[in-house]
Amino acid sequence: MATNVGEVTGPRHGRAPAGPSKQPSRRSVRVGRLDLRLSPYLFVAPFFVLFAVFGAYPLIYTAILSTRKNTLTGGDAGFVGLENYRKILWDEHFWIVIFNTFGLFFVATVPQLIFALLIASWLNKKMRARTAIRMGVLIPNITSVAAVGIVFGLIFADRYGLANWLLQSVHLDPVEWRNHRWSSWTAIAFMVDWRWTGYNALIYLAAMQAIPKELYESASLDGASAARRFWRITVPLIQPTILFTVIISTIGGMQLFTEPLLFNYGRIQGGSLNEFQTVAMYIYETTFTNNYNVGRGAAISWLLFIIILIFALINFALVRRSVKGQTS
Amino acid sequence: MSVTSRRLRSIATATLTVGLALGMTTACSAKKDAEPNANGTGPVTISLSYFGTPGFNQAVKDFEAANPNIKVDVKNEGQTKDFAPKLAQWISAGSGASDVVMLEEGMLLQYLKDNKGFANLLDLGASSVEKDYLSFKWKNAFTADGKKLVGLGTDVGPLAMCYRTDLFQKAGLPVDRDAVSKLWPTWEEYVKQGEVFKSKNTGAAWTDSATSVMQPYIMQNADSWFYDKSDKYIGDTNPAVKKAYDLGLDMAGKGLTAKLARWSADWDAAFKNAAFATVPCPPWYTGVIKERAGDAGKNKWDIATIPGKGGNWGGSYLAIPEQSKNKKAAFELIKFITGKQGGLDAFAEAGPLPSSIAALDDPKITDAKNEYFNNAPVGKIYAGAAKELKPIYLGPKHQALWENAFEPAMQAAEQGKLSAQAGWDKAIKDSKALAEG
Repeated sequence: MATNVGEVTGPRHGRAPAGPSKQPSRRSVRVGRLDLRLSPYLFVAPFFVLFAVFGAYPLIYTAILSTRKNTLTGGDAGFVGLENYRKILWDEHFWIVIFNTFGLFFVATVPQLIFALLIASWLNKKMRARTAIRMGVLIPNITSVAAVGIVFGLIFADRYGLANWLLQSVHLDPVEWRNHRWSSWTAIAFMVDWRWTGYNALIYLAAMQAIPKELYESASLDGASAARRFWRITVPLIQPTILFTVIISTIGGMQLFTEPLLFNYGRIQGGSLNEFQTVAMYIYETTFTNNYNVGRGAAISWLLFIIILIFALINFALVRRSVKGQTS
Repeated sequence: MSVTSRRLRSIATATLTVGLALGMTTACSAKKDAEPNANGTGPVTISLSYFGTPGFNQAVKDFEAANPNIKVDVKNEGQTKDFAPKLAQWISAGSGASDVVMLEEGMLLQYLKDNKGFANLLDLGASSVEKDYLSFKWKNAFTADGKKLVGLGTDVGPLAMCYRTDLFQKAGLPVDRDAVSKLWPTWEEYVKQGEVFKSKNTGAAWTDSATSVMQPYIMQNADSWFYDKSDKYIGDTNPAVKKAYDLGLDMAGKGLTAKLARWSADWDAAFKNAAFATVPCPPWYTGVIKERAGDAGKNKWDIATIPGKGGNWGGSYLAIPEQSKNKKAAFELIKFITGKQGGLDAFAEAGPLPSSIAALDDPKITDAKNEYFNNAPVGKIYAGAAKELKPIYLGPKHQALWENAFEPAMQAAEQGKLSAQAGWDKAIKDSKALAEG
């Protein structure tokens, strides 16, 4: 093999296939051709193998399961077509959890991205211990979500929690956090934002550093205030990045599970009237409790997948438009 | 800049080291799991999964001492609701379950219907120990055709009422347990005493929640709950269910309940903060109270009789999944834990009342006093009641029907989010859909 490698001279694609003048052995030619054909596939194979095992296979298997009557305790009881989907779509429970999931997404994501923008623009300034601070905003993100859930669950405990103690110390009425939609959503949004604001801030920061300094200089010479520079230069120039974070947050938001679960001390119903049960929690409830209905759970999973797909396509269209708008 | 990059490098090194260390520990533990069970020859290791506070630790130690060939790997699986879905997956997948698993009454009922995943204890020689157990507990673990025994009972839950003497004193009520028992021969009297208690403004509620009154009431006053004996849903027509629902919400409406959701952090804290004065308590519940109220609650709790007749609430079983490779050793462990010695050990450790008759007759139980509960003669209170217990038929999905459909709707009504009628309608609609789904 080593001799074969030694023979190769010049760029590979420039070589004539099996030129007789150089007289390489036939075998080395064949290996070389194989190398040329196969190695690109080998280089990209790891991704596709992993995707097949952890992405495509579960996706297809879930689709198959969703058309069968199948429970964990009772086993498979045959093909039922779209019956599982019909049952879900006709059940108001599904629409409650869809409403909750989207509601929680908006309540959590909008303030999160705004705060991330403000933090990023602050981090973009010259300051002492800049690296330490920039890395510091990522710390909540590497905290275990279970730990965050438990701690915030205690902070937002209905009777003896820190949040209510603070409210009472400024003479406000205590809030029963788990008993209303708005209060439970607020508390859960706190948890989500605590974890993800810093992460998004760092992404924004990276985008901001690519903006040429001259733009700011000339703007300030023209008398633009700091706020004006931020909204008129920074935000428009990092718009593609903002849309990227929106997509990432959408996927995360649609799959929200651990925070609302731990907020309710591990009860999967998410409040006595399902006030903060998300689609992911509903999937779990259907599949792993009550009737252990795997088929139904798989069908909800597919519905969630389709919803995320639609959302991602909308985002994609928006991204394309904005990028086009910039280059023209 | 060089300082920061050096710092970065040291951070990176530290992360790498930690990562490697973690990888190595997982590798080691994986190796340990893969250790083959030397069946028959050398010492055998079997595993035992439990949830809650059943008090198995001493029993397992005694078992290992008596059977030097068998080692027991004890796994605490947290609460029932965490364990149940895991177990369902293990049973369905055919691997992953321990050799011995603890089943709560409701879980057992589900597995009586779908019993493929569990070994028949009769095949392992269980019939020889039939006489050792309370007969209702023994019969409860049979499949409908009476041919397969899925579990042996660990404990039973005859009802009593736990109360806080310090709050009773504050309200001017008697504190002596015999006098307190006389306060409430019936549930109506119990509600009336609650109103007296409330008028004294102690700052505490009479009991924790409307739902915790409903459960014992039905257990006392009916022989079925959501299902009739042919597993048909009767939750909407069973008069005891409606009566119990009304009783609970009537108390909530009068402001006698603390409106707490059981097994929540607030509920845990409420025991410490003396937020309610009474709570229905089967023997296993005394461990629950002790764990939550802590040292500050010592000698402030006592135990009286429950309003109404006797009834059973809860109690668990031990079963062997079909996938176990050491069924013989596993059965030995089950026999020991549910037998006299194991029952006495658990009773001393955490308070659940054994279902072994020999243990119930042992002076260690009949003379037992619970130091934490003001030296209440728990043996006398509970053991006597245990022999009188009659079975109530709960049916396959009872646990899910109660905890995931009925209780949340009732809580919503208790918290004022729904009217009593709307809460009832929702409870029936959801539980019926679940039962038939």
